[in-house]
Amino acid sequence: MRHKTFFWFILPSLAAMILFIALPLVSVVLQSLHIEHEQVIVVTENCGPFGCTKESSVDTEATAQLRAEQPLGRFAGLSTYFDRGHLATAEISEAWRTRDGFGDFLSELYNLPFYKALAFTLTYTFLVTPLVIVLGLLIALGVNRLPSLLKGPTIFVSLLPMIITPLIGSLILFWMIDAQGVIGKTLQWMFDDPELSLKASPALTWITLMVYGVWSSAPFAFVVFYAGLQTVNTDSLEAAMIDGATRWQQIRYVVIPHLMPLVVFISLIQLMDNFRVFEPIVGFSAQANATSLSYIIYADMRSDLTRFNSAAATSVLTVIGVAILLTPVLLRTWRDFKGKAV
Amino acid sequence: MSIQNVSVISAAAILMGTSAFAGCGIAGGNVSILGNEFAAIQAVADGAKACAGDGVTVESNLNKDYRELQVAALTANPAQYSAITTTNAAIVPLLSDNLIRPLDDLIAKHGQHLSKNQLITVDGKVMAVAFMANAQHLFVRDDILEKVGLDAPETYEEVIAAGQAIKEAGLMDHPFATTSKTGWNLGEEFVNMYMGHGGQFFKPGTAEPTVNNDAGVAALNTLKALTELSNPDYLTFDSNAVQASWEAGEIALAHLWGSRGTGILDNEGSSEEIVSSTSLIASPTVGGGDIPASTLWWDGFAIASNTSDANAEASFVAMLNGISTEVVKANNDAAVWLIEGYEPAPASAGVFATAAGKTKPYPMIPFMGLMHTALGDELTDFLQGNESAEQALADVEASYIAAAKEKGFLN
Repeated sequence: MRHKTFFWFILPSLAAMILFIALPLVSVVLQSLHIEHEQVIVVTENCGPFGCTKESSVDTEATAQLRAEQPLGRFAGLSTYFDRGHLATAEISEAWRTRDGFGDFLSELYNLPFYKALAFTLTYTFLVTPLVIVLGLLIALGVNRLPSLLKGPTIFVSLLPMIITPLIGSLILFWMIDAQGVIGKTLQWMFDDPELSLKASPALTWITLMVYGVWSSAPFAFVVFYAGLQTVNTDSLEAAMIDGATRWQQIRYVVIPHLMPLVVFISLIQLMDNFRVFEPIVGFSAQANATSLSYIIYADMRSDLTRFNSAAATSVLTVIGVAILLTPVLLRTWRDFKGKAV
Repeated sequence: MSIQNVSVISAAAILMGTSAFAGCGIAGGNVSILGNEFAAIQAVADGAKACAGDGVTVESNLNKDYRELQVAALTANPAQYSAITTTNAAIVPLLSDNLIRPLDDLIAKHGQHLSKNQLITVDGKVMAVAFMANAQHLFVRDDILEKVGLDAPETYEEVIAAGQAIKEAGLMDHPFATTSKTGWNLGEEFVNMYMGHGGQFFKPGTAEPTVNNDAGVAALNTLKALTELSNPDYLTFDSNAVQASWEAGEIALAHLWGSRGTGILDNEGSSEEIVSSTSLIASPTVGGGDIPASTLWWDGFAIASNTSDANAEASFVAMLNGISTEVVKANNDAAVWLIEGYEPAPASAGVFATAAGKTKPYPMIPFMGLMHTALGDELTDFLQGNESAEQALADVEASYIAAAKEKGFLN
């Protein structure tokens, strides 16, 4: 294709990418480098139904003037990135200096909101992603062996968790695992412990969230693998059977290698999806025991004192995190691609 | 009076209002109201809507997440809403960003009948008109307390003793509950308890935090003793959850919003036995203090800055119609109204008793919201036993300072 034709061909998508991906990223980075204006505080006498008090208030005129002079706020460089709400470099070096063993250092680290969120986010990502792949594959293999009469209904039922909106799905489960709910009560009865509560302890909350994550994402892996299974070369399978391969050996040496590119694809999507885990935390009211990077951004934005700059810094850190996570998978894809091209 | 009766009467009142006073004497204009959603605010909005007609339109968006919308909606020019219902905490960002207008001229013209204690003045200018009061206070089950031979508690020490007695008598496993959900609710419980201990949140005249002190530690220890008497799920309890537990008869002592009193005392969702033995009493004092460990709240309305003078005037008159004596009489039990014609009802006894104890109002300070957020996020670790009270309060201060620096309150 000639360069000029190629240029006109991709111009619409290029324009859309600049408008919807590049510009917002630039804006987020720019906001993360600024903090708000100094607020001019004055003491005023405020009165209401419960009497009068002298209280601080913002001198709106003086503050408005500062704002008009510099609409973006004060330039703060990377200071937001390094403050306590984000990378907390000062707090970490202090914790390292005064540490009382490595465990103590870790618990100090876990006390900082960003690392607390990162700990859950990474654990969630690295446990849920492989479990989703394995479970999805198992369901796909199982459904593939069903007589064709049962296939349709089974596929429909298996897809249900994906059809339910994540927030609704987690809310339904939240009420089921309540100490008074059907799952909560059953568990109390099974373990003979009337105090057992899935919502109270951090470990049980983490497990609940991850079980939910696997439950809601497995159908996606299942559908992709099921489609892949339809393309497995029956000749190779028959050849394997004639050579006396067991069912396990057929799967291990014929089916799985054939599905490998799909595994890479699902890992990519799931790593990205799981790294920005968010809805189940809101749905399960789990913020006391588990927060994620996306939840921190949400918390910053969701009040009438919005912290745009802090949210922007966390967003940039999340983008960097996703980039680091995806690098190995992308490198592998790139190498395969080069290998094929040669 | 049941909910149905109230709504039938108020609907009737509104219908009559529409036919009799269409326009409320407003020359014309568009009124749109943003507000919180509960029975009393709905009544006020319906009262304002009675002014529609004759070139006047009145619309409302009542939503419990109104605080998330308000700053963006009122910053737009022209503002998305001309009137907004607000409270002593929600009004702060509106004041700081100059999003609501002084009402002195409008009051001189239309609001001469308003009583002085309804006017919220900041630096001498009236910025909002209050119409109801609210506070968290104690709900107790008299029958359960009688079984363990105790009177209604007046201090938190007595609440804890009563809770333990009920637990030991085997009547209930978790006799106490309060709105202790991580975030805003838990922050509010600390604010109550800390004010009860006589604590100061900031160094006077500055935005520097001062919560890491003996009063803070004592407040946290009291909260922890209370959560030990609560269901282990207490970190997920908001007002709805506590009300549901109360109506199910699972708890005998609760520190809950006065505005929930009507719902708890009605004949729906609970049994006669529970409703008839429920008493609404003052919020307890704590640690030998002499004021109840609670905060007083007002709900009121304000008018947007970024709206035309005609719309502002129309909105003000419509809102005055919404808080008229007729609306209050038709919805007497829905709130503790600050308006003439209100007859105190059983559901409001707790708020009155709490206010009579000289409880302090929730601080109307620009950076209090940041402090509240920090408290709500950082206290959980202490309640779960993962860290000391001092460490939790140090975390609150550090988290608040990071936020206050970014918002320009501290350098």
